[in-house]
Amino acid sequence: MATLKLEIVTPEARIYSEEVDMVTLPGLEGEMGIFPMHIPLMTQITHGEISVRKGGQDHFLAVGEGFVEITGARVAILTDMAIRADDIDEARAEEARKAAEARLAQKLGDEEQAVAQASLMHSLTQLNLKRRQRR
Amino acid sequence: MPSTRDIRRRIKSVKNTAQITKAMQMVASAKMRKAQQAALAGRPYATLMNEVMAAATAGAGEFQHPLAEKREVKKRALIIISTDKGLCGALNTNLLREAAKVPPATTVYVVAGRKAAQWVARTKRELVAEFSFKDSPQFAEARAISKFAQELFLSGQVDAVDVVFTNYINTLTQKAEVRPLLPMGRIQKLEANLSGPGTSEDLQPGSASEFSFEPAAGQLLGNLLPHYLNFQVYQVLLEAKASEHSARMVAMKSATDNAKQLIKDLTLEYNKLRQANITKELLEITSAAMAMGN
Repeated sequence: MATLKLEIVTPEARIYSEEVDMVTLPGLEGEMGIFPMHIPLMTQITHGEISVRKGGQDHFLAVGEGFVEITGARVAILTDMAIRADDIDEARAEEARKAAEARLAQKLGDEEQAVAQASLMHSLTQLNLKRRQRR
Repeated sequence: MPSTRDIRRRIKSVKNTAQITKAMQMVASAKMRKAQQAALAGRPYATLMNEVMAAATAGAGEFQHPLAEKREVKKRALIIISTDKGLCGALNTNLLREAAKVPPATTVYVVAGRKAAQWVARTKRELVAEFSFKDSPQFAEARAISKFAQELFLSGQVDAVDVVFTNYINTLTQKAEVRPLLPMGRIQKLEANLSGPGTSEDLQPGSASEFSFEPAAGQLLGNLLPHYLNFQVYQVLLEAKASEHSARMVAMKSATDNAKQLIKDLTLEYNKLRQANITKELLEITSAAMAMGN
């Protein structure tokens, strides 16, 4: 059976690079599932979860905003954050969420506001994924 | 002729200097490793980004983004990325020599790093903004710089933005470079050689027309361009930091080596002088004894 090469890179590192059977992405207009032999597609993703099916098992990752390049054999994701569900430290994410909310509550310049907003979205995404998994 | 005591003092002071430069070398080499790793870690992202950019640009066809608008260059902005501290060899000198080539009358300056700020102030050039960045550059810091540049460009205050920084080639070689940033169109031709060896070989923009886009190519490109720019600046910051620490380590290493050589020479001279003194004393004693004996 054909597989897809899934690559996830952030400015800091290459987070994920493996052969997988299927990927589900949080697209701008809703979730989209990508199977091997998909038509070439450029798209954007938003904060959310990527689910990866590999060998009959599902893995989850939390991702930030980014861009995706899909060819028949490869899915390449450029994003500002990507973290595997198993690596999410819930306590730290919660802390980050509180810190970001506190910073947003203050009067801030445009730039700082954007940074705080982004880090809030990051921690929220991580927390949501973790909570959903437990159910 | 210095006395033995003078030389002894001199040796002591050179030893102290060597100790300090050795310590600075250690610190710089630790920081260098970190900065190099960061600069290298960003490269897969840069490569992929280039692919996506190339495909989106090709797919967008006639679409013109305001950031890509080419105008006659009456005023240009130059972003200078320098270090905050000195003691890093000829790094800043080379950088600022490169920066000085741009005609100052039609240029406004944006600086990051204290050395560049001092230079702009000293040479009485027009400074429009000063940024700072930490030892490990944050994406947010890069975004602040890039956002400012975009605003300058979009508001029509400048017609082109260039960035001058020190490109990291390897530990021994860093090269001051001017890289065009805005308008966007100019950047792509340079893309192949800018990211250094080993990063651009899998760049294949040819296959772009086959892609479909969601959202439409133009809109996607509109979202992508500012992000692409931010990332460019981020990568530039990383390269500059890696260069700084490498240059500082090399400078400190040669300072330590020089000090060691100096100590060696001085010790030799000291021993010669000491020996000469002993011989002289012996000579005096024996000649005195001989005079008494007679």
